[in-house]
Amino acid sequence: MNRAEREAYLREYSILKAQGKPFFPYAVAKDSLMAVVVMIVIILMSLILGAELGPKADPTTTTYTPRPEWYYYYLFEVLRVIKPPELTPLATIGVPTICMILLFLLPFYDRNPERRPERRPVATVAGIVTIFAIGYLTYMGAEAGSPNEIELETPERIEAQGGEVLASFEAGRIVTAQSGCLACHKIGSNGGTIGPDLTDVGERLPAQAIARTLQNPTAPMPSYDSLQANQPEQFEALVDFLSLLREDSE
Amino acid sequence: MPKLKLPKPPVPDALVPRAKRPGTTGKTRPLDVAKESGISAIDWVDERTSLAGAARWMMFRKIPKGTNWFYTLGSATLFAFLSQTVTGVFLAMYYIPDTAGGAYESVRYITNEVFLGEFVRGMHKWGSSVMIILVMLHMARTFFFGAYKYPRELNWVIGVVLLILTYVMGFTGYLLPFDQRSYWATVVGVNINGTGPLVGPYLNDFMRAGPDFTQSTLARFYSIHMMLVPGILAALIGAHLYLVAKMGTTAPPWMKPEKKGDVDREGA
Repeated sequence: MNRAEREAYLREYSILKAQGKPFFPYAVAKDSLMAVVVMIVIILMSLILGAELGPKADPTTTTYTPRPEWYYYYLFEVLRVIKPPELTPLATIGVPTICMILLFLLPFYDRNPERRPERRPVATVAGIVTIFAIGYLTYMGAEAGSPNEIELETPERIEAQGGEVLASFEAGRIVTAQSGCLACHKIGSNGGTIGPDLTDVGERLPAQAIARTLQNPTAPMPSYDSLQANQPEQFEALVDFLSLLREDSE
Repeated sequence: MPKLKLPKPPVPDALVPRAKRPGTTGKTRPLDVAKESGISAIDWVDERTSLAGAARWMMFRKIPKGTNWFYTLGSATLFAFLSQTVTGVFLAMYYIPDTAGGAYESVRYITNEVFLGEFVRGMHKWGSSVMIILVMLHMARTFFFGAYKYPRELNWVIGVVLLILTYVMGFTGYLLPFDQRSYWATVVGVNINGTGPLVGPYLNDFMRAGPDFTQSTLARFYSIHMMLVPGILAALIGAHLYLVAKMGTTAPPWMKPEKKGDVDREGA
């Protein structure tokens, strides 16, 4: 906006303002009515949806799936879209930070004096695309629930071994299902895609390496160190199960 | 210096005080004093604060022609913030930031035992969602109406800070009930922050008050949630509102002034 455009705007605005009405009582009346609507909505939501309190936080068991508040879903979902592990920092911090800077600087790079949405198509389309992207990612985040069941046939080679191996496989399956792994990792046909697919993790990593990763994971995965310290048998079952997973597990 | 012109209140003609007719006695009767008591009280405060001018400037400023319901989204957000403040104060009366079980117990107590406890906690919990939605709608309105353009760029920047702080409130408040859901979501959330370049690990240590999730972490989240961020929010909302009043609310972009030879520019 050059100087002439600025002055033209201020001139036109001062006339529009002079032709307007006083804030009190005209705008105050509308605002008050809106406040009443907001109040009613909040009260109704509180009455209908209530304030549920889940089981008590227990740092020793990882039996709960990390789920943020719904208005964080779209940020969380970016993690799913950008998969390669070396790009994780880009997904977690990079993209949101860039979007934030773009939002901050909006009035400084959009210097078009035009204000009508239909006469600044680039801005309007960009805005609508952003709204749809946020809406779509939020929907995806809401849909990608947290399965707590591992849909995986017990592989024949493990059934064939029977006895101890089969028992530890089945015990580990339960621990794994309860440990919230599936929120981010895929095992068999279930699970998220934020973290690497674990269906054949036993082929890629030996048991020790799996145990080490569980205790000392790369962010954003939570550490299972406390599980190892407090319930070592459960931790071992988890490691055993994961190390038994092979490509043929499906 | 030119005299500052303050807008006059919109009073119907019948209520405008008239000068006394000449010839009537100048005696003030008690009834007249009673009639004037409101005005005298305001005069008393104004003589000692000079706030009447500011109040007139704020309340009787003109809002441009064509202002519609979209323009109530900002004040609705403010109202949601006030609702969060009030319900939050009541929750803080019972809440104990104690990881050993006190936090969860106090929230359970609020939910199950306190009179209207679940209702107030529900209002606070769902009020946060309502506030986020209203902030987003308010921002969308500002964006599509081009209201962030000259001369209101600074107010847009303050608005973005307010949006981010509202999200920070959502993040820090989510941990406080200290159930499994909130605990693990926060652990992962903090870990996500830690992947950030350069400042990530430091920010992480700051949020957790150390390398591990401890009692101090919860206390820190609680103090950020109920003192630090609300204080900054309130101050920035004040600045936001001042700039709104100073620069004036925008007219809808398609609005054109009426062509009149002589436009009354008073109060513009």
